[in-house]
Amino acid sequence: MQAGRLKAAVALAAVAALAVGASGCAKSERDGDSGGAKTGGTFVFAGTSNPKNFDPIFNDDGESFRPIRQMYDTLVQNKPGTADLVGALAEKWEHDESGKVWTFHLRKGVKFHDGTDFNAAAVCFNFDRWYNMKGAAAQSQMIYYSDTFGGFAKNEAEGVGKPVYNKCEAKDDGTAVITMNQYKGAFPGAFALTALSIASPDALKKYDADTVKQNGDSFEYSAFANEHPVGTGPFKFGGWDKAKNEITLERNPDYWGEKAKVDKLVIKVIPDENTRKQELRAGTVQGIDFPAPADRKALSGEGFQVLDRPAFNILYLGINQKNPKLKDLRVRQAIAYALNRQQLVQTKGPGGTKVADEFMPDTVAGYANDVQKYEYNPEKAKQLLKEAGAEGLTLNFYYPTDVTRPYMPNPQEIFTVLANDLQAVGIKVNGVARPWNGGYKDDIQQFGKQDLHLLGWTGDYNDPGNFVGTFFGRGKVEFGDQAMTEMFDAISKADATVDDAGKKAAWEQVNRDIASKWLPAVPIWHAPPAIVVAKNVKGLVASPLTDERFNTVSVS
Amino acid sequence: MLRVIVRRLLQLVVTLMALSALIFIWLRNLPGGPIEALLGERATPERRALLTKALGYDQPILVQYGKFMQRVLTGDFGNSIRSGDAVTEVIGRAFPATIELAVAALIIAIGLGVPLGYLAARYHGRLLDNLSIAGTLLGISIPIFFLGYLLKDVFTQNIHWFPPSGRLSTGLDNTEITGFFVLDGLLTREFDATADALWHLVLPAVTLATIPLAVIVRITRASVLDVLNEDYVRTAEAKGLRHKTIRGRHILRNALLPVVTTIGLQTGALLSGAVLTEKVYNWGGLGTLIYDSISGGRDYPVLQALILLAALVFVVVNLLVDVSYAFIDPRVRVR
Repeated sequence: MQAGRLKAAVALAAVAALAVGASGCAKSERDGDSGGAKTGGTFVFAGTSNPKNFDPIFNDDGESFRPIRQMYDTLVQNKPGTADLVGALAEKWEHDESGKVWTFHLRKGVKFHDGTDFNAAAVCFNFDRWYNMKGAAAQSQMIYYSDTFGGFAKNEAEGVGKPVYNKCEAKDDGTAVITMNQYKGAFPGAFALTALSIASPDALKKYDADTVKQNGDSFEYSAFANEHPVGTGPFKFGGWDKAKNEITLERNPDYWGEKAKVDKLVIKVIPDENTRKQELRAGTVQGIDFPAPADRKALSGEGFQVLDRPAFNILYLGINQKNPKLKDLRVRQAIAYALNRQQLVQTKGPGGTKVADEFMPDTVAGYANDVQKYEYNPEKAKQLLKEAGAEGLTLNFYYPTDVTRPYMPNPQEIFTVLANDLQAVGIKVNGVARPWNGGYKDDIQQFGKQDLHLLGWTGDYNDPGNFVGTFFGRGKVEFGDQAMTEMFDAISKADATVDDAGKKAAWEQVNRDIASKWLPAVPIWHAPPAIVVAKNVKGLVASPLTDERFNTVSVS
Repeated sequence: MLRVIVRRLLQLVVTLMALSALIFIWLRNLPGGPIEALLGERATPERRALLTKALGYDQPILVQYGKFMQRVLTGDFGNSIRSGDAVTEVIGRAFPATIELAVAALIIAIGLGVPLGYLAARYHGRLLDNLSIAGTLLGISIPIFFLGYLLKDVFTQNIHWFPPSGRLSTGLDNTEITGFFVLDGLLTREFDATADALWHLVLPAVTLATIPLAVIVRITRASVLDVLNEDYVRTAEAKGLRHKTIRGRHILRNALLPVVTTIGLQTGALLSGAVLTEKVYNWGGLGTLIYDSISGGRDYPVLQALILLAALVFVVVNLLVDVSYAFIDPRVRVR
């Protein structure tokens, strides 16, 4: 008995000693990680939620796209820090006069991570794969593809539309020709969409990428999507430790472009905003996304680099014309005049926020500089309400809770300010708060319960159709299924204009008419979302499309 | 006896069936259903329709429930909306994290609580006793959320002694066997992983241990005080037994009975405390999973399984308690 006790005590002491010793060792290794040369080392970035998977075509959210962007390339890419296009896997591209035939001149000597060659056949394999995708489970998850290319070879649902894609031909190894059934303004911008990244045909086949199984309320993806993603990007897939919530990517030494400066890139998933900040301060991560506006000053005061992304978004106040009073243009204009947006920008907007006069940023071709502007004018608002016989109007104003969006970091505060402005001109406001993931979007977009609501959008590529077309290109429940056929026609005509000058002019006119004739909603602001990195991180270029590539990042 | 157990088992099946139906119908009628969770901001009417049909939401709720039960009976709870992984796999991954945390908290609570309670009773009415009463009062009344953030602020932001979140340092290469990181490190002789896991475990375990620690101190103290006044202690003293023998064999052993019962009860409380603690420390266990499944994108299949699992555990524990009563008290068996 005595001996047994002694043994236990010794064992316990040994474990304790071991733990202390090893702890010291682990600590010194950690310190070693952050010090050292300009190249090499590890860059740890805190993500906000787990990615869905790594097959680009089945994804539509920023947290999935973040690692995907590091592992894959698209035919064309956004120039770092802007929404302008530059060559990527295609060095040059052009379309014929009809805008239907697109020729891509591909970069030579590029290899996929599995060692196979990137060439025109690989490009066509990817485009054909997307077009021929079968099964409701797979098709319903290809959100960006169906947005840009309409339907599939065999549609699984009614009303998806006529397919835009026709065929892809590999003229030779370096030339891929994609033929469309119709011209669409989305191109070439949409070719830069992360969802349309080019994957290795060998790996897609080997790991059964097309099999998306439906099971219960959800879908199960292939081994390609979860364990063997293979692209041409500056980082290769290293592993996804789901127990630790860490995605590890490793430097691709054979990358065709600027090779990654760090050896390893780790994306650590930390859903809680406060904890992300603490990890940054503790030095265990070197970058976080979307800091709360209130934290920006403190963080930069502590020496962190708060990098503002150029605002490529819009927050708007939606007006639902299901309410007969709101069908009257004068009432909608009164609402616009009633809002002191300049003051809202100054008091509630993150630094660099600008009042919006149109439903797209001024960097998009087709932005008109001479639209009717609604400067703050409560008297005029009252007068317009009187003329329209809408005095004493009561409106249900919906706003979301439990959410921050890049274009709307603080919904409740924005609501409060706007509601006060409306009440000041005699519009009674009945505020309705709904959780973002608990009915807000349903109430707004499916049931149309609101009179007014807050919503917005971050652009996917540099084209007015991606903003104005998405919002107002057709009747939507959100705006009361309004029968503004004149507006719908104008938008689809602008979108179908092939020559650049004509297209620009058409969109400018659409923007002028939206402001003066239609006003289906009131544009509020463009707010630059920020990304924060530690002092010792260099080379990160903040992108308006949140399209940051970490190959240029070094940690000293 | 057997009849009691069989009857209770049948009750268990009925309870779980009723509960599963309730959860199923409730979740499907919450605003913002799985369609919204899956489609996000880019939902168009066509895409909603496609998915509604694909997932079978256009069928009567009873048909949907029938299909769900059919799968559940084969152990298939479907796949997580967020990750696409099988629900059983997702829960299986989170389970060891929570158990590891709860065990560590229990070790702290018992290891400190019993001696402290005993000492408080022995020095009844003196400074140590008063301090322990004040301390336990604070321990019971302080909200876990607040304590977690407070500890984190002090020990990770001001003095950098411990890491702010997670179970292991980023990039630390460890081999996972059981999912209990401390144990895995020992099994694979990756002792740096064990040490690192322990280092990460300290703050969350202390946070989670506070309430059970306070309760155990109080119960031990009260129980030891009771025993001190028992006749047999006085008899032992009168017999001239050594103090050590009296303390160990007569006082502590007898005083521990109610303490053991309390520890059993506190284990249940630990699991609910884990939801908050795990959230604060991004622990990645069942608590984090419940929280994220509700708030971060409504992961219905995971939520459904978690609620059923919790109910199953609760019902089974109750069953065991009832059965053990029947063993202890013959009158229960006759009824």
